[in-house]
Amino acid sequence: MTCTEFLEILDDVIDESIAVETRTEIEAHLRKCGHCEVVLNTTRKTIEIFRCHEIYEVPTEVSERLHAKIMDKCRKAK
Amino acid sequence: MSTIQPIAGPDEQHPDVALVARVRDGDIAAYDTLVRKYERQIFRIAQHITQNREDAEDVMQDAFLKAYEKLDQFQGNSKFYTWLVRIAVNESLMRLRKRRTGKLVSMDEDVTTDEGSVPPDFADWAPNPEQNYTQSELAAILKKTIQGLPQGFRVVFVLRDVDGLSTEETAETLGLSVPAVKSRLLRARLQLRERLTRYFGRRAPAIAQAAAASGGDGAEA
Repeated sequence: MTCTEFLEILDDVIDESIAVETRTEIEAHLRKCGHCEVVLNTTRKTIEIFRCHEIYEVPTEVSERLHAKIMDKCRKAK
Repeated sequence: MSTIQPIAGPDEQHPDVALVARVRDGDIAAYDTLVRKYERQIFRIAQHITQNREDAEDVMQDAFLKAYEKLDQFQGNSKFYTWLVRIAVNESLMRLRKRRTGKLVSMDEDVTTDEGSVPPDFADWAPNPEQNYTQSELAAILKKTIQGLPQGFRVVFVLRDVDGLSTEETAETLGLSVPAVKSRLLRARLQLRERLTRYFGRRAPAIAQAAAASGGDGAEA
């Protein structure tokens, strides 16, 4: 497996939707290619960081105000 | 191809199905439950597309109202949430169009196909690199990083990786093909990784920290 071939299936590796027979090839490639290992690990970390940190946090009072507005509009709608 | 991706059984009923049925029977309290369950996600998606808080607040209200009014049209072939997201995405794009006085806005905007396939920077990251920054510095870095992505990549990344929709659901929600979602997701992930390396790489200079402190919209105030 080449680095280009590995990068083409990087998403499937991250999402763990890899055919069993391909997995051995990937493991063999990662053992000898430090670059691809770094890309795999840091891309996983990228996803984890974005998943764990809410960057558009809504303050509770804003959220409550919007919620009340939505429900008010819905009540009037029907 | 055999995969190990978990797939929910077809007979398993999603809890929203019962709530939607109750709303259809006139039980508004059931809709209150649905709004509470998804309001944060809908706000987040609207904010990622419009990049504007006021617009995101308006989109969120309009999307939930529209979903309520059109609930009879919801077929139940897809999940309530993906149907709701589709409404919110359309509302967000309409809002952007209004802001740009009628200029056409679509999910294909800014999407180029000639970059992002091979990451040029292989620098490894420090262990738990996010711990080198305060919460507000980190939020500014993440905001700046994701805002730099083309819109069509950003939304795919948010729906698929942050919100946890499946590739198929993301495709359905955005009106894209599954291969298009896959291609955009890969590019989005690689571009975000590349951009974050500036801050999290082992060689990341102090200058990155200064950039983080001045980045983002208003976080530095």
